[in-house]
Amino acid sequence: MLAWFLLLCAPLMFGWIRASELTFELPDNAKQCFYEDITIGTKCTLEFQVVTGGHYDVDCRLEDPDGTVLYKEMKKQYDSFTFTASRNGTFKFCFSNEFSTFTHKTVYFDFQVGDDPPLFPNENRVTALTQMESACVSIHEALKSVIDYQTHFRLREAQGRSRAEDLNTRVAFWSIGEAFILLVVSISQVLLLRSFFSDKKTTTTRVGS
Amino acid sequence: MRSARFTSSVKMVAVRMQFTLYLVLLLNIYNSFVSALYFHIGETEKKCFIEEIPDETMIIGNYRTQLYDKQKEEYLPATQGLGMFVEVKDPDEKVILSRQYGSEGRFIFTSHTPGEHQICLHSNSSKFALFAGGMLRVHLDIQVGEHTNNYAEIAAKDKLTELQLRVRQLMEQVDQVQKEQNYQRYREERFRQTSESTNQRVLWWSIVQTLILVAIGFWQMRHLKSFFEAKKLV
Repeated sequence: MLAWFLLLCAPLMFGWIRASELTFELPDNAKQCFYEDITIGTKCTLEFQVVTGGHYDVDCRLEDPDGTVLYKEMKKQYDSFTFTASRNGTFKFCFSNEFSTFTHKTVYFDFQVGDDPPLFPNENRVTALTQMESACVSIHEALKSVIDYQTHFRLREAQGRSRAEDLNTRVAFWSIGEAFILLVVSISQVLLLRSFFSDKKTTTTRVGS
Repeated sequence: MRSARFTSSVKMVAVRMQFTLYLVLLLNIYNSFVSALYFHIGETEKKCFIEEIPDETMIIGNYRTQLYDKQKEEYLPATQGLGMFVEVKDPDEKVILSRQYGSEGRFIFTSHTPGEHQICLHSNSSKFALFAGGMLRVHLDIQVGEHTNNYAEIAAKDKLTELQLRVRQLMEQVDQVQKEQNYQRYREERFRQTSESTNQRVLWWSIVQTLILVAIGFWQMRHLKSFFEAKKLV
């Protein structure tokens, strides 16, 4: 019983298979880098999307352990990049908001390394999958892509919603501000006009030469 | 006699197998934290991550910190006394988890309201301020919703066959899709409310502004007329 449980845990040891997705805030003039140790031949995918902030763009740069730039894009809103690790080592990818002077950006990224871990250890795979099992596998893959699309949809909706809330606040402030300015300007216009005609005391009636 | 030797050799194999299996378990526990994504933070810096999730979703976070050793010019594998403070806030800015863990830790929480949860990490090291010169390496791994399920454990506990386990995984995934769609409906409603409120405000503002303009126009003309009549200029 314990043996079976441990055998099931065994595949977690092999093949550093990971998918990390994080959403973080990137302040203005800041750069944030993430690192991951990858083994040679692993297929990796980096996907990122800017959720809120400014013009919804960010610089992204992916380097391999030698420092060779594998991917570099400036001011991109959304992109996806797949590559195969050409050597062992630490890969680094950075998001930069250094071109922006005062807008914070919220960036979402999804870094997938390798394929998903199998549900069962490979020792059982001496025979081919039955029809039921392969149907389950294809449904699993389809659902994974559904969840991925849902995530991207959620991010786009968050973007739209934050713009709408911004607009709402701006309209509120602007309407109050403009009503106030209107009143001030009109009252001061009348007062100024009155002051032009009330200058009896300061009217220079030069007497004499 | 043959059967006695046979049973003793079987016992030895069993013992050896148990030993290997325990070793596998130990290695597994050690290795499960090793290869995650990592990043660097300053010692007093606070790093926050946002997770927008539906309600009743579980999140498991694993982290591991390493301190930079200036003499060796590399990151130490583990440091005593180095702790990380983990704080989780729900969408209403209420703190739902606020605990200090060691240099390696695991935090779990379940959301009760849908929305943006904030997970913040910062180190508690005030005494290390003189040493490392600022940089901590943090390995972080956050699993959300369906990914938090440990299928090996579920299979062992409920004694499921392979097919049953696959179907169970599909059920969990569909559950997550359903929760996300419910959350989507709730968000769309908020979006619609915001847009309708903006629409209302613009309508009211334009009416009020027109009224103010007209009223002020009248007042100005009347006031100036009486002013000029008083000055006998008209």
